Amino acid sequence: MSSNSFSYNEQSGGGEAAELGQEATSTISPSGAFGLFSSDLKKNEDLKQMLESNKDSAKLDAMKRIVGMIAKGKNASELFPAVVKNVASKNIEIKKLVYVYLVRYAEEQQDLALLSISTFQRALKDPNQLIRASALRVLSSIRVPIIVPIMMLAIKEASADLSPYVRKNAAHAIQKLYSLDPEQKEMLIEVIEKLLKDKSTLVAGSVVMAFEEVCPDRIDLIHKNYRKLCNLLVDVEEWGQVVIIHMLTRYARTQFVSPWKEGDELEDNEKNFYESDDDQKEKTDKRKKPYTMDPDHRLLIRNTKPLLQSRNAAVVMAVAQLYWHISPKSEAGIISKSLVRLLRSNREVQYIVLQNIATMSIQRKGMFEPYLKSFYVRSTDPTMIKTLKLEILTNLANEANISTLLREFQTYVKSQDKQFAAATIQTIGRCATNILEVTDTCLNGLVCLLSNRDEIVVAESVVVIKKLLQMQPAQHGEIIKHMAKLLDSITVPVARASILWLIGENCERVPKIAPDVLRKMAKSFTSEDDLVKLQILNLGAKLYLTNSKQTKLLTQYILNLGKYDQNYDIRDRTRFIRQLIVPNEKSGALSKYAKKIFLAQKPAPLLESPFKDRDHFQLGTLSHTLNIKATGYLELSNWPEVAPDPSVRNVEVIELAKEWTPAGKAKQENSAKKFYSESEEEEDSSDSSSDSESESGSESGEQGQSGEEGDSSEDSSEDSSSEQDSDSGRDSGQENKRTAKRNSKAKGKSKIVLGSPKIEKEKKTKQDRTPVAKDVSLLDLDDFNPVSTPVALPPPALSPSLMADLEGLNLITIFTNSSFFSFSHVTPVFVPTKTHVLLHRMSGKGLAAHYFFPRQPCIFGDKMVSIQITLNNTTDRKIENIHIGEKKLPIGMKMHVFNPIDSLEPEGSITVSMGIDFCDSTQTASFQLCTKDDCFSVNIQPPVGELLLPVAMSEKDFKKEQGMLTGMNETSAIIIAAPQNFTPSVIFQKVVNVANVGAVPSGQDNIHRFAAKTVHSGSLMLVTVELKEGSTAQLIINTEKTVIGSVLLRELKPVLSQG
Amino acid sequence: MIHSLFLINCSGDIFLEKHWKSVVSQSVCDYFFEAQEKAADVENVPPVISTPHHYLISIYRDKLFFVSVIQTEVPPLFVIEFLHRVADTFQDYFGECSEAAIKDNVVIVYELLEEMLDNGFPLATESNILKELIKPPTILRSVVNSITGSSNVGDTLPTGQLSNIPWRRAGVKYTNNEAYFDVIEEIDAIIDKSGSTVFAEIQGVIDACIKLSGMPDLSLSFMNPRLLDDVSFHPCIRFKRWESERVLSFIPPDGNFRLISYRVSSQNLVAIPVYVKHSISFKENSSCGRFDITIGPKQNMGKTIEGITVTVHMPKVVLNMNLTPTQGSYTFDPVTKVLTWDVGKITPQKLPSLKGLVNLQSGAPKPEENPSLNIQFKIQQLAISGLKVNRLDMYGEKYKPFKGVKYVTKAGKFQVRT
Repeated sequence: MSSNSFSYNEQSGGGEAAELGQEATSTISPSGAFGLFSSDLKKNEDLKQMLESNKDSAKLDAMKRIVGMIAKGKNASELFPAVVKNVASKNIEIKKLVYVYLVRYAEEQQDLALLSISTFQRALKDPNQLIRASALRVLSSIRVPIIVPIMMLAIKEASADLSPYVRKNAAHAIQKLYSLDPEQKEMLIEVIEKLLKDKSTLVAGSVVMAFEEVCPDRIDLIHKNYRKLCNLLVDVEEWGQVVIIHMLTRYARTQFVSPWKEGDELEDNEKNFYESDDDQKEKTDKRKKPYTMDPDHRLLIRNTKPLLQSRNAAVVMAVAQLYWHISPKSEAGIISKSLVRLLRSNREVQYIVLQNIATMSIQRKGMFEPYLKSFYVRSTDPTMIKTLKLEILTNLANEANISTLLREFQTYVKSQDKQFAAATIQTIGRCATNILEVTDTCLNGLVCLLSNRDEIVVAESVVVIKKLLQMQPAQHGEIIKHMAKLLDSITVPVARASILWLIGENCERVPKIAPDVLRKMAKSFTSEDDLVKLQILNLGAKLYLTNSKQTKLLTQYILNLGKYDQNYDIRDRTRFIRQLIVPNEKSGALSKYAKKIFLAQKPAPLLESPFKDRDHFQLGTLSHTLNIKATGYLELSNWPEVAPDPSVRNVEVIELAKEWTPAGKAKQENSAKKFYSESEEEEDSSDSSSDSESESGSESGEQGQSGEEGDSSEDSSEDSSSEQDSDSGRDSGQENKRTAKRNSKAKGKSKIVLGSPKIEKEKKTKQDRTPVAKDVSLLDLDDFNPVSTPVALPPPALSPSLMADLEGLNLITIFTNSSFFSFSHVTPVFVPTKTHVLLHRMSGKGLAAHYFFPRQPCIFGDKMVSIQITLNNTTDRKIENIHIGEKKLPIGMKMHVFNPIDSLEPEGSITVSMGIDFCDSTQTASFQLCTKDDCFSVNIQPPVGELLLPVAMSEKDFKKEQGMLTGMNETSAIIIAAPQNFTPSVIFQKVVNVANVGAVPSGQDNIHRFAAKTVHSGSLMLVTVELKEGSTAQLIINTEKTVIGSVLLRELKPVLSQG
Repeated sequence: MIHSLFLINCSGDIFLEKHWKSVVSQSVCDYFFEAQEKAADVENVPPVISTPHHYLISIYRDKLFFVSVIQTEVPPLFVIEFLHRVADTFQDYFGECSEAAIKDNVVIVYELLEEMLDNGFPLATESNILKELIKPPTILRSVVNSITGSSNVGDTLPTGQLSNIPWRRAGVKYTNNEAYFDVIEEIDAIIDKSGSTVFAEIQGVIDACIKLSGMPDLSLSFMNPRLLDDVSFHPCIRFKRWESERVLSFIPPDGNFRLISYRVSSQNLVAIPVYVKHSISFKENSSCGRFDITIGPKQNMGKTIEGITVTVHMPKVVLNMNLTPTQGSYTFDPVTKVLTWDVGKITPQKLPSLKGLVNLQSGAPKPEENPSLNIQFKIQQLAISGLKVNRLDMYGEKYKPFKGVKYVTKAGKFQVRT
């Protein structure tokens, strides 16, 4: 039916109704289009007839008119019986409109609504997924308690539906049922648990929403799905992303330890409230072990980063708050750019974003300082936006930019929007108190404003000046005199009161003027505002106490006036003051102290940001916007002191694997595990092979493993390979950059496996008992890790079903990785896989030690290279008192040793970190690694690439620096290699693998630039790879440290030229 | 999340309501009206209002208020963004988002709202999916429907809904395959009294109009991608390709959409294409003032600047203005005190100017500050940042599409302080 003819019908009907005068309310719209049926029985009769006709077009027409009524908010409930009959209509549009009607009125007509239920139950079995889904939607939207069991059943069935769209609707239905009948919670949680495992991106957002509504405290349900959610996040629809990110933020705050280091804290102007106590503890912890981020924590931070680029402001804000709340402070900076971008959006978005920026800018000024000018106010901004911008500008003000800002403020003060001008004056006041250098300038500026034509401006200035003077008890007699003169002209009560108070407070500084002011005020007392009268009384009292000779009579006159004032407050005050200051026989002990009471040193008021305390609300939430705790606000917990067991997140993998592999799991797991432990042993003895394996990527590692597997077990290769898949799937998803800590834990358990099948069996049985809690293959993988290090695991061959998912993720991992770090300051671009043997277990009497370079700025000293040492006890007894003994270091070299380790359990391992200042040379650091009984001489020789720290610079800077480092400082070589090795990503990978350098964004496709500085001296190290014609390339290194430069060149050259 | 939605027109009538959970009475809007009254100006109505039992989150679009009722904690931007999406959808369906259009199509509006939210949580917001579920009204379709009795409502699940490219529907067919891209850049600037730039920034968008059959896979590359500092993408763009190669690679939605919006890195100096010479003065103790502005081209890269409009919010004390433009026409609205000068093109030989007298309310003090000038202009065939599309390639389909790129530079929030 056409909308035109439809509206025509309505209008003609409307006219009729108006004529009949039966229209109940026609105020709402002039056309009165659909507002005629509420009281008109005859019309409803007409509709009923139409609904009962056997022509679809008539029915449709009737339904459209009814929907029109609903839209207007008119009551159409009496048509219920007629409408509900059509629920089984074949015409999809009629059906939809009937659904709309049902959902609206079922609650009021419960009995009749039951008539429709069987139709929905039938539709739930329909082969068309859209019909199934919409039946479920309507069924669950009918708020009739009697059908709760039917709904429950329908939800359960739909949650197992083949169509993800139906499952999505099932997730929505969960919330509806829960709000209808909270008793069903337990059952619903089961469904949520099931749907959380769903791998469809369509379902993820909806089920997390249901989770948040029904059981936000059941954080344990998330563990197993955490990694999956992180990995799916990019592909989830935008609304789901927002919900998931908010939920994961809360999750992360309960599961990981704080990444905020003490060093970071110094950047903060003020300690933020939740970190203060955490950090205290951290400080004490820190001595024991350095902070390493849980790879899962890193995974979340990394996977959300691309979403900053979303077109949806809500998603960007959600990521921003995630970074704010859970990322290391050094990384949170990237969100500012995106937030500033949102300021181009419409005013509502601006409003919310500016509020959040205001809160952020109080704590971390540095983040938004580069964007200062983006907060400049335009005269066309709405006032609420203007004031928020002003707030942010104030927060960002510092010694460096204050002069620019004050100039900007001068423009604002003159604004026609007086409310805004007044806010600017307060802002100037706040800047004046915050930045001592400009206090006088501001004060002078404000005094100038006193001669402004606009009263509001003057009044506001007086109030602010009053506050400023109060804070600065220095001599400001001139200003006070000036203000005293203003009393003649200014009429705003607050301002007059402020001036009087000021004069009273400083009456001894202006002994000549004060009594005169009092005289004038006495004259005008009766016509003053109450506020001013109170201050006149105050002034009188103060003068009486300090200068009673001149003012005694005046004061008494004023007190008499006050005694008969109309306002009881003033009469009260008068009585009180008289008793206090005028000595008489009845006056008690208090009057002796009158002077002290009146002229006491008053504390200066604090001019604070209204956004000061907002940070205890999670950013981006409704509560934060309103600054009140909204219903259903979920508190963001503090970081735990000790991270809960990270392995709880592992389980999902095996569950996944179970889904993919046929039966007969247990035995295979067992054997697969055996295989891993064996291979580990093998690798232990031949480290070089493991190194090459992990570096050269998937093939060799994969082949080696599967080959061995064939030997060690009789199982079908298919099953065991799927087993592996699940492992690698997990690992490809996570970022094992710095797993040292986790390793140490995981290994604590898993090392048992080594050469002791008995224990292994034990564990096996344990696993049988609690199949969900323990993940055998995973532990094995950790076992495998420390040798070949956990970093970039070889992308393994995947079972076809998992292939698609994981491949994408892998790619994301690599790309986001590179982009992520290239812009941030000293964060390494890539941490290579390679570990080096410090002490072999054979020569160390069972104590094995490996070291690797985590490529992080050393916490022990900024000239040191940080090194992580993993110690393993391979004996069957405790090794006690592991420490570093005698050091034999070349001149100038320094070393920060790790704290002695009291004891290392058998099969145990521990990771410690130390720092060595190599003085920018590749000389060997030799020292002794001692236990209680033995001393072993060991040495560390750093690869030249590890003596560097990446720096971020622009191409322009790079070229400039390069121009200054020519001649002697430049070394170059020609490389010849196959073209496929010259793709940007390959070059990038190769270079960062060898050296800890940062990529410089390049404008040309054929030139790749990398920049770093040496750790000790901070000299720049610039690496350029320029692709030439054919398969050649030129490698150029510019640095002052020519020795290191040429060594680096020598190391890079073969790497780049090899295939 | 979103409980109910009320649409309110400028005169404060609630002309549409929709509830996704149990019904919330219209009276909840009284809190909104209260806030509206307090704010005086529509622009100043706070987007988030707290009432004893509910929270109201509203947006103001095209002279309509979309007021949503919320009961529990929800990210406010989530709701705001969604409401804007609803308004966009109306715009898309009916050509305009106005009270009349919504009232005329109230059934479609209701069907749309029903599909867009389920229990307050967004279900389908992609225009391509919605259009498959509910067909937009056209005259032809309404005629056909009334004859054949077929409906506007689709009966199968849109293909996009299940695929991993929800923004595109399957089976698109065109006889002429075309892909147009508009690179539109806007200059935001604040110029101070003396003519020096306080703040300037270039924001750009690439809007696409894609009418291609099948499942084309496009990649668009730039001559100078490094110019783009901060970019936000339509979900169709493959983020990885952009990160690694700075190429926009995507399977486009069908029809019009915004491909990316970007900001040009702030290190680059922004060329300001126009300058304004102004002298506005109000005499002390007299009821008149002088007004004189001249506009001239500057750094315009050899292109003509056209579509120039100057808007000035004059101070309250101005009663009337008596001006003579050398070019174009001007209007002054004595109620809102807005002066609009429609200049048109600049010809460098004869610079356009607007001169004359300002009548002030007698007796009132002279205005403290001179009003600032808001300037609009347009330069065709120029992206002021210098951004250039290098090439557009299509994979996945055999036909040869017609491709076109258009560049436009406009003034964004371009303000000259006087």
